[in-house]
Amino acid sequence: MKYIGQLAIILTITFLGEALNNILPLPVPGSIYGFLIMLLCLQFKIIKLNMVKEVGNFLLDIMSVMFVPAAVGLIVIWADVSQNIVEIFLICVVTTVIVMVVTGKVTDLVLRKSGGSNERSS
Amino acid sequence: MKEVLNNSIYFGIAITLITYIIGMKLKNKFKLAILNPILISFLLVILVLTVFNIDYESYNQGGKYISFLLTPATVCLAIPLYQQLGLLKKNFKAIIIGISIGVVTSLSSIFLFSIILNLDHLLYISILPKSITTAIGIGISEELGGIQTITILSILITGITGNVIGESICKIFKIKNPISVGLAMGTSAHAVGTSKALEIGEIEGAMSSLSIAIAGLLTVVLAPLFL
Repeated sequence: MKYIGQLAIILTITFLGEALNNILPLPVPGSIYGFLIMLLCLQFKIIKLNMVKEVGNFLLDIMSVMFVPAAVGLIVIWADVSQNIVEIFLICVVTTVIVMVVTGKVTDLVLRKSGGSNERSS
Repeated sequence: MKEVLNNSIYFGIAITLITYIIGMKLKNKFKLAILNPILISFLLVILVLTVFNIDYESYNQGGKYISFLLTPATVCLAIPLYQQLGLLKKNFKAIIIGISIGVVTSLSSIFLFSIILNLDHLLYISILPKSITTAIGIGISEELGGIQTITILSILITGITGNVIGESICKIFKIKNPISVGLAMGTSAHAVGTSKALEIGEIEGAMSSLSIAIAGLLTVVLAPLFL
């Protein structure tokens, strides 16, 4: 019963997110609307944490494997992209590292300057 | 053989999970970042499909049921963020500055490297939204007139790169604060980076989740300026 209820809440919010994506003319996907709806519902106590926690954590726990089928889809588009694969690969890898380092370092710097906490909250 | 596989969606689901588990076992045994479960699973599935001459449609009959969980899983990223909301409020300025500079860095570094590598303009536009989640990235690419398949490929390479080397990069560059690590993973490598951040720690996961939403929306606004 607990899991059915949790699944129902999560999938209903997912549906509402996709509905908003269909209704509003903004380039925001349903998953992001759903993310915001979930956050607001939790924050304003419309939904309590224990009403979504177990199923939510299960989905997050297995999230990595969800990217595999889309990645395998590469074999379908391979013919289109193989010609430029070296440049694309190079740019993607190098800029990803740059963005990661810059974002991390800038955040570190501002956190230190503004005396932000380094502690893990419980 | 083909008919047998076409008649059951569970082939695609089973092969995905089994190869992923093989990836996890390899990673636990050798402790090498390159033995990333997503990467191993992806390569092994392609190997199996190629060796047995199975087409992607047959595989994806089951695979799509795994992909379909991605939208509710993304919605659930709000849960770890909610649990760390106090941390977000307390460090709001640093977080917003970090993500914003990350997004601008992403767009301008792609611009710069496209010039260096003398990239076709069409290719450049298609790669531009590579650091954000697929659903937003494809939308932007479409809006700007890019090639969708190139965008999907770039988003994939970026995500897997972040997932594979993110932890090592943060160590090498001494990015230690869990807030900074999370923002770095999410802003550079969207949901695939975030799935790694969730494995590293709660704060890392929460901050990375936040980055997906904010970096995605910021890129929608800023990408047209880089045309």
